[in-house]
Amino acid sequence: MSAILQSAATALNLVTSADAVLWTIVARSLSVSATACALACGAGVVLGAWLGVARFAGRDGVLTVLNTLLAVPSVVVGLGVYLLLSRTGPLGGLGWLFSFKAMVLAQALLVLPVVTALTRQVVEDAERVHGEQLRSLGAGTLLRALLIAWDERYALLTVLIAAFGRAVSEVGAVMIVGGNIDGFTRVMTTAIALETSKGDLPLALGLGLVLLAVVLLLNVLIAVLRRWRQRVDGAAIGGMAVAA
Amino acid sequence: MQTLEPPLFALRELGVRYGAVQALAGVDLRVLPGERVALVGANGSGKSTLLRVLHGLVRPSAGQMRRDGAPRVAMVFQRPFVLRASAVGNVALGLWLHGVRWKQARAQAAAALQRVGLQDVARQNARTLSGGQQQRLAFARAWALRPDVLLLDEPTASLDPHAKREVEALMADFAASHGSAGPAQPLTMVFSSHNLGQVKRLASRVVYLEHGRVLADLPVHDFFDGPLPEAARLFVKGEMT
Repeated sequence: MSAILQSAATALNLVTSADAVLWTIVARSLSVSATACALACGAGVVLGAWLGVARFAGRDGVLTVLNTLLAVPSVVVGLGVYLLLSRTGPLGGLGWLFSFKAMVLAQALLVLPVVTALTRQVVEDAERVHGEQLRSLGAGTLLRALLIAWDERYALLTVLIAAFGRAVSEVGAVMIVGGNIDGFTRVMTTAIALETSKGDLPLALGLGLVLLAVVLLLNVLIAVLRRWRQRVDGAAIGGMAVAA
Repeated sequence: MQTLEPPLFALRELGVRYGAVQALAGVDLRVLPGERVALVGANGSGKSTLLRVLHGLVRPSAGQMRRDGAPRVAMVFQRPFVLRASAVGNVALGLWLHGVRWKQARAQAAAALQRVGLQDVARQNARTLSGGQQQRLAFARAWALRPDVLLLDEPTASLDPHAKREVEALMADFAASHGSAGPAQPLTMVFSSHNLGQVKRLASRVVYLEHGRVLADLPVHDFFDGPLPEAARLFVKGEMT
């Protein structure tokens, strides 16, 4: 018990004393996940919104595959990206393996189904209620999808935050395609795994604390967003209720 | 109704089926330019479906519908959908979707909002407007398109008495206006309503629907003063008392 307390105290000291090693890893981790999320969201929101509105043969099959991809383990994504980027793989010529770019690609592919599936659900629900009126204004499928996605932007912000949470906390994919190279591709989760195996519990615990803080901050952000939306929508609903 | 003028819409033996539900069946209807047609009937009688068929939002599963030319059609719904954007942005969107450049669309939208008395809230988030204001915004959005045909699906049903009066005044104002071709072409209005007083005040013709079928199609005075099929007579009696 005292060993845990001692490790925790040392970890806290590392966090509060702005330890360069720790904060470099934190910064790299956040930048990899933020870049991956930005890329995945750019594609996932458009794709998800379109899937929420478009009706075509085989749509149910596409949605089943998409929902299945939500549960794909990060190590499998890492393996897939590794095969793509390895010297003999189709993208081997890029020379991205064991680099920042490889980690971004792996995390982007990991969260793309999350963003796409959740956006699809949000947009489809909204389209069921409002789509007809947008159609009556002359909006085609893609425009309707984009307009609804834009209108549901606060709900989608929650999706983006959830996607970032998934990206920043995964370990398998970045471990495989990044290689956990000190000072180069080491991120919070891979560092925690390594330091724990080496027995350097204070650094692992310190990184764990930061990771927890990041996830906590994301949840606080989601709660604040939700409350803000309730206030805005509540005002509008109140307006309708007065009139009804 | 016999006339030499070609109808804007001519429906023949038209039917619409939603799964197991027959929403419309054997509907024969002609809507002439400049007419103000009220669709009345109990909930589920097919009024809203008929409006959607006229707009092209619902495809008939039987029969046929012919349109004379390509009339510009706008529709106002019972509960208007407004985007989380300014009131002027919401009106401009409709124009933009019809190919008007955004800057010009905003200018036209501002004029449309002025027409419905919403110029003071033009920059306000449309979601924060009252129900009556949102419905007036929907009218502005429809009017901005300069439609030849205006379809209204129970536009006053969710409003308080004051907002109802305001929206009904707009309906009367629109009914007196003209379509995209100028004063020679009066606006055609088809609206559904449970408010028979409103129907009396605004309609030139009344179509009574029951279980998706047209049971009566009469000029407004004949509908209220003349003999009616028993179901329609009971409906009128029930709604008027």
